[in-house]
Parts: sequence; C-alpha cells; structure tokens
Amino acid sequence: MPKTEIKEHIVMRNRDVENIRDLDVYLANGGYAMAKQALTSMTPAAIIDEVKKSGLRGRGGAGFPTGVKWSFVPKELNPKYLVVNADESEPGTFNNHEIIDENPHQLLEGIVISAFAIGANVAYIYIRGEFAYGARFLEQKIAEARERGLIGKNLFGSGYDVEIYVHRGAGAYICGEETALLESLEGKIGQPRLKPPFPAVAGLYAKPTVVNNVETLTNVPRIIEKGADWFRSFGTEKSPGTKAVSISGHVKKPGNYEIPLGITIREFIFEWAGGMRDPNLPLKFIIPGGASSNWLTEEHLDIPMTWDDMAAAGTMLGSGAMVVLDTSVPVVRAALKVDEFFKHESCGKCSPCREGTHFLVKVWERIDEGHGRVGDIELLADVGKQMLGKCFCPLGDSSVSAVNSAIKFFRPELDAAIDAQH
Amino acid sequence: MLYEQHKAEIDGILARYPVDRKRSALLPLLYLAQDVYGRLNRDSIREVAEILDLPYTDVFEVVGFYTLFYNEDVGKIVLDVCDDVPCCFCGAEELVADLENRLGIKAGETTKDKVFTLRRVKCIAACDQAPVLQANLEFHNRVLPDKVEAMLTKLRNDVESGKPVSISGRLAER
Repeated sequence: MPKTEIKEHIVMRNRDVENIRDLDVYLANGGYAMAKQALTSMTPAAIIDEVKKSGLRGRGGAGFPTGVKWSFVPKELNPKYLVVNADESEPGTFNNHEIIDENPHQLLEGIVISAFAIGANVAYIYIRGEFAYGARFLEQKIAEARERGLIGKNLFGSGYDVEIYVHRGAGAYICGEETALLESLEGKIGQPRLKPPFPAVAGLYAKPTVVNNVETLTNVPRIIEKGADWFRSFGTEKSPGTKAVSISGHVKKPGNYEIPLGITIREFIFEWAGGMRDPNLPLKFIIPGGASSNWLTEEHLDIPMTWDDMAAAGTMLGSGAMVVLDTSVPVVRAALKVDEFFKHESCGKCSPCREGTHFLVKVWERIDEGHGRVGDIELLADVGKQMLGKCFCPLGDSSVSAVNSAIKFFRPELDAAIDAQH
Repeated sequence: MLYEQHKAEIDGILARYPVDRKRSALLPLLYLAQDVYGRLNRDSIREVAEILDLPYTDVFEVVGFYTLFYNEDVGKIVLDVCDDVPCCFCGAEELVADLENRLGIKAGETTKDKVFTLRRVKCIAACDQAPVLQANLEFHNRVLPDKVEAMLTKLRNDVESGKPVSISGRLAER
C-alpha cells in the first residue's frame, strides 16, 4: 500500500517553509496578503460563504462546519468576540502545540480574517497554562505584527480594527469545552454552562461569540487564497481538507502529520508513522481520537480517517490524536490511567461525572493492585451505564469510553486479571 | 503592594479586558502574585481580590480549581512529569522513580533545600516526546535516564546563580 502524498501542507506550512515563524519569512511567502485582500476587497458575507463552500469543519473535535457556525452570529448585537481555543489538553493531542510554536502568523492572519467575517473587533486566544512559552511567543508575534500595521487599528486602510490578546489558562482540561473556556476567560472556575443559549448568541460577557480551534483558523487564510475548490481537492466530500494528526505511543515515528482526510488508519500507522516500534510486540489497541474516544483494534485498521467514518465505527476522529499501544500494555492499567485523567479533570459540577469517575478509578485501581473482586467488571459496566448520557457535559461520558472498550475487546483479559486474584 | 510594585504590568493586563469586566484579569494576576510571593497564600490571594474588587472567597475558589496555582509551599523549580497515556507506557514511570530516587522525595513533595518540587501531572501535549516533563512549565523532551543528572544539575545551578525563576512560567523559554 503506497503512502498518499499531499502536494503541500495547509496548516503545518512550517514543514514546507523554513523559519516561517519569523514575520519576514512569513511575509515573503505571501503572509498577511489574504488578510489585506479580505479586509479591502471582500464583504464579511463573501468570506463566510467561501468558508462554507470549502466545507471546513471544526478541527477541535466536534467537526461542526465552521462557516455555518459563523453564520449563527446575530448581526445586530454588539460587541462580538472571537475566542480562539488553544487549550489543547486531550491526552494524545499535540498538533496545536506545533502550529503555535512554528506557524504562529498563519494562525494570527486567520484570526484577523475570521474576526472581520463575524464582525468582532477583539479576539482572545485562550491558551492552556502549560503552554507558557507558547503564550509569550504569541504575544511577541502579535506585537511584531502590530508594529507593521498587520494587527490593530484601521487595518490596510479598511477602517476595520482588531485587537488580539493572549489569555493563559491555568491547568484544567475542562476549559477546552467552549462554555467552560468562556467562564475561565471571565476569571471564574471552568465549569460548563447550560446550552442554549449557545455562545454565538450569548458567549463571552453574554455577547455574541464564536469559539474556534487553532487549527480551524489556521486553515482560513489558505482557503481565502486558493479558494474552496482547491481546499476540496484534499480529503473527502464530507470531510474536505487535511487534518493535523498527532500519533504517539509504540510507533517508530511518533509526531504530527498533516494527512489528507480519508486515508485509512492502517496507512497512517504503517506508512506515515513507520509502523510498530518493536517487531516482537504487535499492535494491541488504538485510542484513535484522544482519551475520550472508544478504542479500536487490528480489525479496524481499514477505516478511513474522516469524522463520519470514525463515527460509523463507533468512535471519533476527535481532535486528531492517535495513541497506538502494543501487546506490552495491560488493558487494566491503560483503562485506569485514562479514567484517572477524567477523575482528575472532572470539574465537579454534576454528580454523575464527579462521583462516577471516582467509582471507576476505585474499581480499576483495586483490580490493577491485585484486589479485584468477582463482579467488578459488571460493576464497572453498571457505573458506566449510569453515567453515559446523564452528565452535564461530554467529559463524564468520555470516561466511559475506556470501560466499554476494555470490556468489548478484552473481556477475557479482564476476567483473567480478577480470577488470578482469587 | 503587589499593585504598587508591578503597576505597569498589572495595568497592561487590565487593559486587555473591558473596563467593567476586570475579573477576567484574575488568572494572569494570580500568576504574577504566585511568582512574587512564591505561592498563593492567604495574604497574596486577598491582595489580588482587592485589586479586582472581588470577594476573597471567589478568588480562593479559583486558586483551588486550577492545577497551576499553588496554595502550598513549592520549590524554586516545579518539576511536572506527565504520567498519562501514552507517557506511562513510554518511560514516564521509570522517570518518576529515577527523579524520586535522585531527589530523595516522593512525587507531590518538595526537597528539604526547597529547590525542587516533583509532581505527576496529566497530559501536557508533547506525547511524541515521552518521557517528558516541564520544569517551571518549560518543556524537557525525551528525558531518558542518561539525561536526568545533567538536567537536574543545570536547573540547580540556575537557581544557585540567582537566575530569575518563575514558577508560573512567565519566563518560559522554548
């Protein structure tokens, strides 16, 4: 099976152009020309229309069409805000990390164009607290761009003003959920809000707000430059474009890869990431879309990597984060670690999640430590059943993925782990 | 005092948000206070609350919620080792054990000389670099056994030579 080549990178352009993080290099490669074109010769409606036509879907996990999201913003309410979700925290995901550190100006240009399209004069980049360097770096890049008149007042003589501010979170996965993010940006604890109202109507400071992921916005200047049809020459009809996907775990070449959407998991692992690290330790299972996603095994390797195909297989493409684990990994330990994460990150707002994640960890822990009890697997399944669909936000549901996946694919191993303890 | 001593920085932070929404400046001000006082004790929390005209309890709640705010004493260097999936299967457990051994403390503790605090943390978005840690939120990638001693020596020398440190990561380099 040959590796599908992509003609060029759309978002990870740093892989094609050395030092594109530097403003001069970015400008020499057409940088900010699309912001100028958009602000001086396009209407907001025309930009939204082009993004709609491109079929760009949100890269943060949900895959919602970006242009459609923008069109929900009521025109008559002001001020409006653009909030950039740079809270990349889903275990296994590190592609925004690379875009921020290596291709920051394309992100900033995307912010300028998108803010103009929705009618926002202020954009906040909410960046996870652990990206302390990334936050400082973006602030420097914003300052450089401002000095050259690329961000700030009356851009390109258009009369349009935009300010971009960096806002650091302080270590809370839940703040990747858009309404929890907005709470945190307002200086509160990061607990999700009840929807509706959706942020498009009442978001930051109860004003119309669009929350978009880093990679989503980084796509925008290229869509304006080359058009929706060009964008659609990558990927599939329903999942057009490329996706920056992080792969980690027991593969030879872990890292970020910008793939055309639609290649198979097999191609991605074996042709792009070099296959399994140790020839004596074959693939055991895959966590295909971040810790929240349902696991897959060898029988699923031919599933195409698109939002819809992954959903049809009972899992998700998520934020583009594939963790590949070999046969050295005990299933109980893996599930315990995944659920420890959700327990730690549960915000405490709703009881099924707050209590449920504790129960799950307690049971996994005793099995892992050799004190599993007969009936523990049924107990895990039952707790999971009581959580699924009953939590305030998707975090609680996510913690059930490891439980159900472990039981679905590795029941004999789980039973054996408990039997060995009696 | 925090405000008087760091007026320019604090005013710069406040200027990012609408005048009637200055609570938004809470997280950045807590980072600053944490660096100035070494941790967020009762007095520093009250000071931040006063700058923003917030009830003290609101600020205590926020400090308690987020992982990167320390309301207990920490060392000059906070070592955060990711032990999440996949790191825990790619050398993180060995790294934690090695650090515990060299520093003579368990994860969650601070060395007697108050130089290092060692913590286990959740995913820090550098999974391909496992085993990976952050020292005052600066990434140290692929910290394999042969690199640990040199890393600790350099960090200790930085502290002893008086190089400015920021446990809040406000000075983090690449």
